[in-house]
Amino acid sequence: MSKKNWPLWEIFVRSKNGLEHRHFGSLHAADAEMALENARDVYTRRNEGVSIWVTESKHITASNPKNNGELFEPAQDKVYRHPTFYDLPDEVKHM
Amino acid sequence: MKENLYNYILGIADNSLILGQRIGELCGHGPSLETDIACTNISLDLLGQVRSYFQYAAKIAGDERTEDDIAMLRKERDYKNVLLVEQPNSNFAYTIGRQFLFDVYHLTFLAELQKSTDLTLSAIANKCIKEVSYHERFSSDWVKRLGDGTVESKEKMQEAINDLWTYTDELFHQTKADKAMVLESVGVDVTKLKGDYYKRVKDLLEEATLKIPESKWFQKGGKEGVHTEHLGYLLSDLQYMQRTYPNMEW
Amino acid sequence: MSKEQLKNLETQFEARIARDEKIEPKDWMPEKYRKTHIRQMSQHAHSEIVGMLPESNWITRAPSLRRKVALLAKVQDEAGHGLYLYSATETLGISREELYNQLHTGAAKYSSIFNYPTVTWADMGAIGWLVDGAAIINQVPLCNTSYGPYARAMVRVCKEESFHQRQGYEIMMKLANGTMEQKDLAQDALNRWWWPSLMMLGPTDAESIHTEQSMKWKLKRKSNDDLRQQFIDQTVPQAELIGLTIPDPDLKWNDERGSYDYGEIDWEEFWQVVKGNGPCNRERMKARVGAWEEGEWVRDAAMAHAEKKQERKQKQVV
Repeated sequence: MSKKNWPLWEIFVRSKNGLEHRHFGSLHAADAEMALENARDVYTRRNEGVSIWVTESKHITASNPKNNGELFEPAQDKVYRHPTFYDLPDEVKHM
Repeated sequence: MKENLYNYILGIADNSLILGQRIGELCGHGPSLETDIACTNISLDLLGQVRSYFQYAAKIAGDERTEDDIAMLRKERDYKNVLLVEQPNSNFAYTIGRQFLFDVYHLTFLAELQKSTDLTLSAIANKCIKEVSYHERFSSDWVKRLGDGTVESKEKMQEAINDLWTYTDELFHQTKADKAMVLESVGVDVTKLKGDYYKRVKDLLEEATLKIPESKWFQKGGKEGVHTEHLGYLLSDLQYMQRTYPNMEW
Repeated sequence: MSKEQLKNLETQFEARIARDEKIEPKDWMPEKYRKTHIRQMSQHAHSEIVGMLPESNWITRAPSLRRKVALLAKVQDEAGHGLYLYSATETLGISREELYNQLHTGAAKYSSIFNYPTVTWADMGAIGWLVDGAAIINQVPLCNTSYGPYARAMVRVCKEESFHQRQGYEIMMKLANGTMEQKDLAQDALNRWWWPSLMMLGPTDAESIHTEQSMKWKLKRKSNDDLRQQFIDQTVPQAELIGLTIPDPDLKWNDERGSYDYGEIDWEEFWQVVKGNGPCNRERMKARVGAWEEGEWVRDAAMAHAEKKQERKQKQVV
């Protein structure tokens, strides 16, 4: 067994300029440079990208689904944040 | 037929063909899935280049021959690749060492070939140089990792460089076709690339904490079709189908 | 957690899946769900990378440059698919090294079809056409499976695999339209790969142990026998189109069922291959273990180098 295994990295790819980087998947690499090279070889073989971000998976802090109630449900009834909340006469167009 | 131009193209393409075939052997057997995928990409790049070159060569030949005839139906002495690229994948250090020693040459060579007065060749070079820049980055990074990695990897990388060093000088030899093409401003004068090559290689080896081999005796012959014993086996694989089932389409 | 609370969580969990909600890595899941997914996903990943071997066998001997690059790209895709699937499995809290270890010690299985040898070039055609054909039938429904990372990996896999089967069929077509010798190669390959391809879709429903649970979790949408029938019905006309004969004397169109009836599958052979007695089981495992062990010094070197680089960077900061 190897003493230390290559850590896991998360890969984000921008498919074309104007779009955001999107999570594509993960892979193993010994360091950031290798992670970038591997990401290029693994995730952009079919011309899928113009820019790549990599970050070691352990650096990602994720919210806990257990807290989803307090985190996300309070936003559900704040309908006044959406344009459809406001009544306007039909004659008003383009607003 | 423009014989010098034809032979000149084969001289370039055979390097990519034989190296591409060598790396192709590794597919499925690499040290990690990620490295496997990366090496296969290099092989695919090289074989793609070969097809461009041979399609052009077939056009120049102007007879019935196809890219596959040129790739697979020549005799051993008619392959003009340098000895370096036919060396076997003895271990990953040899694979990387061979790749690195060739990539550095390949990159400077293509930079010059872009200036060729032959527009097809300069266009091919223009496309290939992007691929090869990546190869060179990949192999350089790995030479550093293996050279400046563990005690074991350093030993293995050093041994590979020592063994492969003897094949580097041949990269700068000129055949008759090479000289003729340089005169017509079609070909690259490889003798002029030597200084840059060894400087770049030595700098990188130093960075990788490896010793630069001292040997001043170099092997040659590939460019004239006199190969190491390894090529025959490689060709028997490469040519197997075309030889066993002649004149068929696949 | 009390028994009742656990039961409650499980009920909620099953309800989420029934509502077609996706399960994500950090969500609570029953231990059995996690284990079943690790087993199936890793088995799938192992099949991809063991599956590289029979085909990589012919990369150096491909008959033309066009075929060579296509085959290389295909085998490379399989490495990629293995990688996507291992990564997805790792979200369930198991490392790739542990998964490899399960494969190398025989604790984990892979698709038994890859234990058959590729003896002629035509086998590249037969594998692409039949084996990838059967795989696609298995895989497409998984794009909609309940575990998010698995479903996403499968979407990518299916998208990329669309060229694999065409690549294989094109090889077969060219052979079938070629010389007598080539036609014989094609027929011979079909003869050898037909039955293993049918077996690849899994044991008959009566013998299949995991089906019911897997259906509920959307790890499976159709039974093995249904998938097999679908495969046969779609493949027979493809063989006819290029003038090849399916090696089954009992194969007959059944008007009433609107499907082909087919002969009996030799399940004894199937179980023997699963148990490790196929023609290439030992070779395949040796190749995988060999690549992993020979690569160890390389992986270690890369880690050691990365650590040195990191140290140097930190020193510069100080």
